[in-house]
Amino acid sequence: MSTITEKPRLKTSAMIASIAAEGQRTKSAPFGYALVELAQTRPDIVGMTADLSKYTDLHIFAQAFPDRFYEMGMAEQLLMGAAAGMAHEGVVPFATTYAVFGTRRAYDFIHQTIAEDNLDVKIICALPGLTTGYGPSHQAAEDLALMRAMPRMTVIDPCDALEIEQAVPAIAAHKGPVYMRLLRGNVPLVLDEYNYQFEVGKAKLLRDGNDALVISTGLMTMRALEAADLLRKDSVDVGVLHVPTLKPLDVPTILQEVGRSGRLVAVAENHTEIGGLGEAVATALLCNGVAPPFKQIALPDAFLAAGALPTLHDRYGISAKAMAETIKGWLG
Amino acid sequence: MRAGDGDQEDHVNTSVTADRIQLAERAYRVRRNSVLMGEVQGQGYVAQALDIADVLAVAYFHAMIYRPDDPEWEGRDRFLLSNGHYAIALYGALIEAGIISADEIETYGSDDSRLPMSGMASYTPGMEMSGGSLGQGLPIAVGRCLGLKRKGSKSFVYTLFSDGELDEGSMWEAMLSASHWKLDNLIAIVDVNNQQADGPSSQVLAFEPLADKLKAFGWFTQRIDGNDLDTVIAAFDAARHHPEPQPRMIICDTRMGCGVPFLEAREKNHFIRVDPHEWQLALAALDEGRNA
Repeated sequence: MSTITEKPRLKTSAMIASIAAEGQRTKSAPFGYALVELAQTRPDIVGMTADLSKYTDLHIFAQAFPDRFYEMGMAEQLLMGAAAGMAHEGVVPFATTYAVFGTRRAYDFIHQTIAEDNLDVKIICALPGLTTGYGPSHQAAEDLALMRAMPRMTVIDPCDALEIEQAVPAIAAHKGPVYMRLLRGNVPLVLDEYNYQFEVGKAKLLRDGNDALVISTGLMTMRALEAADLLRKDSVDVGVLHVPTLKPLDVPTILQEVGRSGRLVAVAENHTEIGGLGEAVATALLCNGVAPPFKQIALPDAFLAAGALPTLHDRYGISAKAMAETIKGWLG
Repeated sequence: MRAGDGDQEDHVNTSVTADRIQLAERAYRVRRNSVLMGEVQGQGYVAQALDIADVLAVAYFHAMIYRPDDPEWEGRDRFLLSNGHYAIALYGALIEAGIISADEIETYGSDDSRLPMSGMASYTPGMEMSGGSLGQGLPIAVGRCLGLKRKGSKSFVYTLFSDGELDEGSMWEAMLSASHWKLDNLIAIVDVNNQQADGPSSQVLAFEPLADKLKAFGWFTQRIDGNDLDTVIAAFDAARHHPEPQPRMIICDTRMGCGVPFLEAREKNHFIRVDPHEWQLALAALDEGRNA
C-alpha cells in the first residue's frame, strides 16, 4: 500500500542548539559579561581557552581585555597545565573549553597540575550533559562524576543566566580549584523570579510541595520548576530543592528538606545516573539513616544518540513534560 | 646562586677555571647525596641521578638565582622537575644548595619524610611542581613563563624532563605554545640518556632527529654532552644570554650511572639494579673520581 505521507520537518542537531524553550526569557552570554564586570576590579583574573572562546562566551572577555586573554590553541592538556603555571604566579585563570574535552581529555592535568597543588584555577566548561545533539563526542554525560571524584575540586552546575552571573564572582572569591558547567549563548532566565542568590556550597529551596520533593541541579532545576507547574494542574504538589554545588554537597539542607516523612524524593540531573547528584544525595541520606522513597531522573548509562535536543530530552526523560509524566507515574 | 639583586650574598664567578673546579665539586656532592639516599631505601633512580648531576650542578650553582633560606622568594628562577622520579637527584642539589638539610637524607622515601620517592611540590621546599605523571612540566612552564611576563619579572623558568617524556603529546603542545608566545624566559632541558621503562627511548618511540625538530618548532636549540661540565656551563650561558625572543632548549646526551664506572658499565636499564654491598662501592668510586 503506498500512501504519500508528509515528510516530517527535520529538526536541527546543531552543536550549539539553545536549550531555551520557545518564548522563554533569556540573557545573552551571561558568563562573558559577568567575567568582564568582575575583571574590572580583579586585575589578577585572566581568560584562557582551547580554541573555544566564541563557544564559551569568553570572546566577550577577550574583546574587553585583549591583553588578559590567552588563546592556547586546541590543546586541552596544555590549557590546564598552563593555567596551573599561571596560578602558581598569582594569576587567577578562568580556563574554558567544552566539558568533554576539559574533563575526559585533560583529566590528569587537572588532577595533577591544578588540584594536587590546590591552585586557584576556575575551569568553565560548556556543553554539559546532554546539551548538544552531536553525539557522545560532544556530550559530557559523565563530567560531574569525574570532577566529583577529584580531591579538592569544587563542582558547580548552575541553572540559568542569573545563577551564572552570580556564580562568577562567587567562585573567583572562593580559594582553590573550581569546575563549573556553563550554559552559553542565549541562556534562559528563570531564577530572578525566586529572589535567588547563589552561594558556593549552598542548596536552596525554590518551591515547597507536599507530594514529592525534586532535588535538582543545573538546567534540570528549571525543568523541575516547569514540571511542578504542569503537575500542579493535576493537583500534584511538588517541591524543588536546587543544589547547584555538587561538591561540597549541602548535606544539612538536604537532610532538613528530605526529613519531612512520606514525600517521594526524586533527584534530577542533566548527567548520567552514575556518579552525579543522585548517587551523592543517596549516599548522604543513607549515611544519615534517612531512607525516603527515592528515584532518579538522569541520563542512562549509555552512549547517547545524536539528534535534535528537544527529541533527545523527551527520549531520555529530562524534558519538563517527560519529567512531569515520570513523577506522576511514580506517585501512582 | 648567581649574583642577583646585589644585596644577596651569592656565589660569584671569579674566574672560569675556579668556577669549573667548584662546579665539579658540587656535582660530586650532588651525586654523593643521591647515592646516600639510594642506600637508605636500597633502591632508587640513582643511575639517572648520576647522569643528570652535572646539569643540576650548573643549574643550581652557576645559572640560577635563588635564596636558599627563602625558597619561595619572588625574584627566584623557577626550576620545574617534570620527571618526578628524578627527585632523588634534585634533592641532592637542594641539599647541596642548603634549601634542605643534609640530616634529611636518612629519611628519603620513608613515611612522613619531606623527601618522597617521586617529587611533589607540597612535600619539599624548593620543589616547584608535582611531577611523575610525565609530560606535564613543560605545559606548566609555559603558564609560569606567561605569568612571569605579566608581572614584568626577569626570572627564568627552567624545566627538566626526560627523553621518554617526548612520547607524550602534551610536550609537543607545549613546544608549539612556547614558541608561539616567544617565551624567552623558558630554558628547557631534556635528559637524553636513551632509556625509558620499556627500553631504549629511541626504539620505544623514535624521536630523532630531536634538535632538527626543535629548531623547526622555533626553539633556540643546543645539543651537548650533558656530562661535560665546560660544555654544560657554556650551554646554560648561551641559553640565558641568547638575544632572540624564543624559548631555549638544551638537549643533554648523558650517561646513566656517570661517575660510578661499574654502574655505567652495567646493562642499561630504566631501573638499574644496585646490590646491597654496592652502595659503599659506589661512594668509593665517586671519591676516586673526585680525587682523580
